[in-house]
This record gives sequence, C-alpha cells and structure tokens, in this order.
Amino acid sequence: MPQNTASTPARAPKIRARALSFYYEGGHQALFENNLDIPERQITAVIGPSGCGKSTHLRTYNRIYSLHRGQRAEGEVLLDGINILDPKTDLLALRRRVGMIFQKPTPFPMSVFDNVAYPLRLHFRLSRAEIAERVEAALRGASLWDEVKDSLRKSGLALSGGQQQRLCIARAIAAEPEVLLMDEPTSAIDPVATLKIEDLVLQLRERFTIVIVTHNMQQAARISDQTAFFYKGKIIEVGPTKQLFTAPKEKKTEEYITGRFG
Amino acid sequence: MRDRFTYEIETLKQHLLDLATAAENALIRAMRAVDHPDADSAREIIARDAAIDADEVTIEEECLKLMALYQPVAGDLRLLVTILKVNGELERVADLASNIASRAIDIASITPPPAQPFDFTPMLSRAHKMLRGALDAFVCHRSDQARTILLEDDAVDALNAAHYADARERLLKNPAQAGYTLDCVTISHAIERIADIATNICEDVIYLEEGQIVRHARPL
Repeated sequence: MPQNTASTPARAPKIRARALSFYYEGGHQALFENNLDIPERQITAVIGPSGCGKSTHLRTYNRIYSLHRGQRAEGEVLLDGINILDPKTDLLALRRRVGMIFQKPTPFPMSVFDNVAYPLRLHFRLSRAEIAERVEAALRGASLWDEVKDSLRKSGLALSGGQQQRLCIARAIAAEPEVLLMDEPTSAIDPVATLKIEDLVLQLRERFTIVIVTHNMQQAARISDQTAFFYKGKIIEVGPTKQLFTAPKEKKTEEYITGRFG
Repeated sequence: MRDRFTYEIETLKQHLLDLATAAENALIRAMRAVDHPDADSAREIIARDAAIDADEVTIEEECLKLMALYQPVAGDLRLLVTILKVNGELERVADLASNIASRAIDIASITPPPAQPFDFTPMLSRAHKMLRGALDAFVCHRSDQARTILLEDDAVDALNAAHYADARERLLKNPAQAGYTLDCVTISHAIERIADIATNICEDVIYLEEGQIVRHARPL
C-alpha cells in the first residue's frame, strides 16, 4: 500500500496521483509514493519548504520533466482516469490539456497578439478571424485586454512583470486547457500585481482545475480550496485550506505554517 | 521574525493574566464587601473598574496589531483569537464584580442589618473555583480540565435557583426587607453569570487546544 495517502475530496478528482515517486538524474529520489487527489474546478495549493518536492510533483502533471534526460516518475498520474505517465502518452496533446505558468513570466519574443495566437496556431486550424476572436477572449479571460487592446503589436517583452505574467496566463488559457499548473506564479512580481493575479486565478477557477505551488502561505490561504503540505518529498497533510490553516492535524504542518521552520 | 512574534505573544499573555488577577481580586473583594458590609471598599472596587476597562482595550488593540502585522495561522491564530475572547470575558467578570459592589453599598446602608443574611459562600466558592480552573486550563494547555469544568456549571445554576426560591419566600414573608432581598437576587445572578463566563473560557480553551468549536454543542 502507498504510504502517503491523501484524503478524498468531496468532488470527483480531475487528477489522481497514486504512489507517485520521482527520481532525478543519478537516482536521487525527490518524491516518495505520494497520493493526492486534485478536485475538478477547484484550486489546490501545494506548500512546503524549499526542496520539499512541491514543484517536482507539479511537473509530473504535464510530464514537463520529460525534457530532461535521466529524470523519471514512478507510480501513476491519472488525468480523468488515464495514466499520463504511460510512455505512449501524446505529450503535445497532454500539454494542450494541462497548461503551465512558471515563476518568472516567459513571454515569447514576439508581439502580444502573437504570444497568445501561438498555441492556437500550434493546436488548431483556425481562420485569422477566429484566431483574433480567441486571442481577444483569452486576453479578456486573463484580465489583460483593456490594458493591451491598443498595443497588440507591441512586443510582449515590453509589458510590466505583472502584465507579462497575465500574458502568459492568456497564452495558457487560449488553448482551452482543462488544468492550469502554476509554479510560484507571483514570486517574481510586486504585491499589487500579485493581488491582480490572485483575483484572476479565483476567476479562472470557474473554468479550470488549478494547481498552484506557492511558498507564500497567505496566498495559499487566500485563494485555494484545498492545500497539500509537502515535506522532504512526502505529503504530510492535505485537507480543506480553511481547516489546514486554522487547525492542522499534523504537528509538522503546524510547525511549518506558523514559521517554526522552513 | 518568529522570535519577535513569540516574544510579543508571551508579553500579551502576561497582560491577559494580569487582567485576570485584577478581575478575580475585584470579585473576591466585592463578595467580602457583601458578607461584611463595607461601602468604602465597595466604592473602591467600582472606581478601579475603569482601569480594568482600559487594560481590556489595550489587550484588544495589541491582539489586532499582532494579527495585522504577523497574519498568524493555526495555533498562533487560535491563541490570539482566544486571548481576544478571554479578554472580553474577564472584563465582564470585573463588571459583574462592580455590580456586586453596588449592591454591597446598598446593603451596607440597611439598618438594622438583616437578621438572616443570604449565604453566598457555597455558590461563590464554586463559581470562583470554576473561573480559576478555566484560567489554569488556559495557562497549562489543559483542554481535558476545561471539559471537566464545563460539567460544574449546572451545580451553580441550581444554587442560583435555590436563592431565587428563597428570595420569593422572603419577599412574601418579609416585604419590609424587599430591598435587601432584591439586592441578593442580583448578587446571586451575578455569581451565576461568572460561572457562565468560566464555561465560556473553557470552551475557548478547547478551541485553542483542539481547534474544535464546542460552543452550543458541548460534546463531552
């Protein structure tokens, strides 16, 4: 039996990690037989001290680690019941379904418009008018349209940090994914821009299943429905955010979230 | 950061315990002023209530400051919320002591003194023991002790009911002493409220230690 079992949320999970272990090059084990259910159209926050495996765990959900030779995952990551760790998984199709936002905004060195149109051209056959329509919808969805509608041909790199991150969110949602992974999406931007992103994430919750790795505990408390606490590659506790931040069950969780270590 | 927070919260706890001592002293002195009618001592208790009120406000402000500055979670959050609530409860204990002191002033003016005074000792000692036990449970992190104290409230309620029945009889038999009797009903009710406050503090201690809100339900 897997050791680190998460409690089952009330809604049907979109993703189920089962006995998930992860190894970096050279055999260093970063995750240890973790189980975690990600409920559909909810926000799951993943917290824990640096090096605890939270980002590693997130990166298994779209197999982005496959870009690096020598890294491997064991166990299962079931997306709607299908194990995406299966070598036969179509990674392009997987990444259309599971979008990702990184710590630092990563706009492509092209115009605002082309940044958002990029996944549309990659994944779909659409007319220019349809692309324009969906670019606008994605920019509106990322709460960026009003700020960039008059400068769509401007380079994405010319935007502010917060705007760049919202551009990346627009690019991610343009392909209409089912899951959005966010790896510390606000750690490189200022507090006001952070609150804008948080508002946006809460809006996106209605349409997408969101998993957010953050070391900002107040952020996890503010925006997530459930929180998973990782420590040394294991899930120590997972539960409704309200309960985890007011009355955690595990001593280690209490010690971490009250700042006694980490 | 953590050290600073720990220091500030320990200082706050000490302020709360100082307030507890002041409220408890006010209660004991008010009851003495009833048992051995002493209007001067009673007036002094009432005069000191303003200082207790000011302390309560200071503690509340300090709690709010720590919440805003440190955004505590889990045990830290529960501790601050508990301090905030116990703070309010202690201020009410002091208010009730003042009410008792007001009645003591009234009783001291009755001549001749009542031949058969009410005996509040058994009720007061129970209520006082509950209050002290609740505060001990808070200081010593003893939710089990808090749960035990919750059970004692019924006995104080019964003593209050007995005083009420006694007062009814006295009013019928000796209407000339109605003023004294009504003063004693007020005092009995104040002591009963103090036991209630002790149970409130016990419920706060259970929340603090176990993260469980047992108010209204009291599962034991």
